[in-house]
Amino acid sequence: MLLNEFLILAAFLFCTGVYGVLARKHAVLVLMSIELMLAGVNLNLVAFGAFHGDVIGQIFALFVLTIAAAEVGIGLAIVLLIYRNLHSADLDDVDTMKG
Amino acid sequence: MLLAVATEVISTPKFDWHAFAPDLVLVVTMVVVLVADLLLPDREAWRTSSITALGLLGALIPIATLAHSGHERILFDGAYVVGHYALALKAFFILAAYITVLLSVDYIGEGDYYNGEFYFLLLVAVFGMSIMTGARDLITLFVALETISIPTFVLAAFRKHDRASNEAGVKYYLIGVLSSALMLYGFSLIYGVTGATKLSGPHSISEYLSQHGTEPLVAVAIFLSLVGFAFKVSAVPFHFWAPDTYEGAPTPVTAFLSVASKAGGFVALINIIYFGFLTGNAHSAANSWWPVLWVFAALSMTLGNLAALRQTNIVRMLAYSSVAQGGFMLVPFAAAGIAGADGPLEKANSAMGAVVVYLLIYGAMNLGAFAVVIAVARRTRSAEISSYDGLFQISPTLAVVMGVFLASLAGIPFFAGWFAKFVMFRSIIDAGTGWAIALGIIAAVNSVIAFFYYARPIRAMIFHEPTADDRTPIVIPQPLVAAIVLTTAVVVVVGIYPQLFARVGQLAF
Repeated sequence: MLLNEFLILAAFLFCTGVYGVLARKHAVLVLMSIELMLAGVNLNLVAFGAFHGDVIGQIFALFVLTIAAAEVGIGLAIVLLIYRNLHSADLDDVDTMKG
Repeated sequence: MLLAVATEVISTPKFDWHAFAPDLVLVVTMVVVLVADLLLPDREAWRTSSITALGLLGALIPIATLAHSGHERILFDGAYVVGHYALALKAFFILAAYITVLLSVDYIGEGDYYNGEFYFLLLVAVFGMSIMTGARDLITLFVALETISIPTFVLAAFRKHDRASNEAGVKYYLIGVLSSALMLYGFSLIYGVTGATKLSGPHSISEYLSQHGTEPLVAVAIFLSLVGFAFKVSAVPFHFWAPDTYEGAPTPVTAFLSVASKAGGFVALINIIYFGFLTGNAHSAANSWWPVLWVFAALSMTLGNLAALRQTNIVRMLAYSSVAQGGFMLVPFAAAGIAGADGPLEKANSAMGAVVVYLLIYGAMNLGAFAVVIAVARRTRSAEISSYDGLFQISPTLAVVMGVFLASLAGIPFFAGWFAKFVMFRSIIDAGTGWAIALGIIAAVNSVIAFFYYARPIRAMIFHEPTADDRTPIVIPQPLVAAIVLTTAVVVVVGIYPQLFARVGQLAF
């Protein structure tokens, strides 16, 4: 069956996400990049689930989806907080502490 | 007819209410706190802290009865196991949360903070930790880890209008989510190769590893998962969020993060390594993962200590010290892997016991140190080490107690910290190979370096003249006194009579 194609696509999504997290400075884009990484994870899980012929992979993917939604909710709230206090959502501006 | 067939196929799984009682008490307390916060007028909102404290202590009762009944309870086809190990750590997390509540009562009550929400989030995090202790399945492990992380993101950013707190929250959040994503990618590969998410038992990850050894893809998957955990326990080189988050977050939250949340990461690591990678014959595959932990341990100890030497702020110093202490706690993992790769599992068992003992002792001494920091900051409004000048003349008791905690963190006998270091070094000697001894030497050198920075506040307290004009003793509110007394008692009693915790470590494994 088709497995490698899915895994390559998942790895590509994951790597794009990692690049986005490291290279992007805008908080919302970083959040989106993290979502890309999780999409890669989900694709992996579902593809492996189909490959093994069991439902564990899909159940795991459901849990990942749900928790990712909760996480992004919290993340957007924190970004909003930063935007209100700093009038910017640029992560380079969030560096008052050093050392 | 169809219905009859259906009910036969879908039978209700047997549910052991007793095994779940501690967690259920926590859930009920959460709901009560939320409702009470809704109903109470603003000036009585502090009562939610009493409810939280009572709920936490109430959760200890079923833990005691479960410990008394003795046998291991296996739930959900082995995905959740309540035995001595889980119970000991549940009790630890609940007591750590209780002390955090004692630290928070006045801090949160006096600031313009949201009382009910604070304690609710704290309880959710503790619930996650409680679930983590029993998790024996990748999915349970992941859900428990996120149940710990998500509320603590909010707690770190709890002072809404304070930029430092915002920064603490955003850094902790981004690193937390990134590490979860890396860990999940590792989990998805582990599942893909082994076809299982359960850690041990039939049709599990450990069974697969026993039969097939390590394939390159499994090694990559394990590496990614371990990197995810390294973020959670702030191991070098994934520690850079910790000092900023610890400094910016409200101090009671910092105490909670540095003890309970970090311990949550370590418990996850114990579960996956001990139950997933070391049971059965799976330990023959240990060569694929112990070098990673060896490097994390060596780097965390060395860089954590060197960075702590440079700090002038005591919270940042304690943050780097907790990075270094995390390194010491990673040592037994590496030792267990080295010992496991050779064969006999008894050594790996005692190494895991060492981690548990270290966690318990580290929890008491670090919470105590933060309790004193909070007490002193009530007067000085500062966390600079220079604000400790002459504390011995102003509040002798507070200065002595702080000295006890710092000496314990440094590992001076006869305070509890020396025993933590002792079991850590014993796990290295048990493993006995060249690599283990090398790690032991690095740990020994670092224990010496640590003396220098732990001694700095002590020197400031005793030998410097107080700079402040106000020389009356610092008034400490009762809950804070209770927290300091409790933690001091543990540090002193366990230091003199270490068998107390050694027994817990032995019972657990």
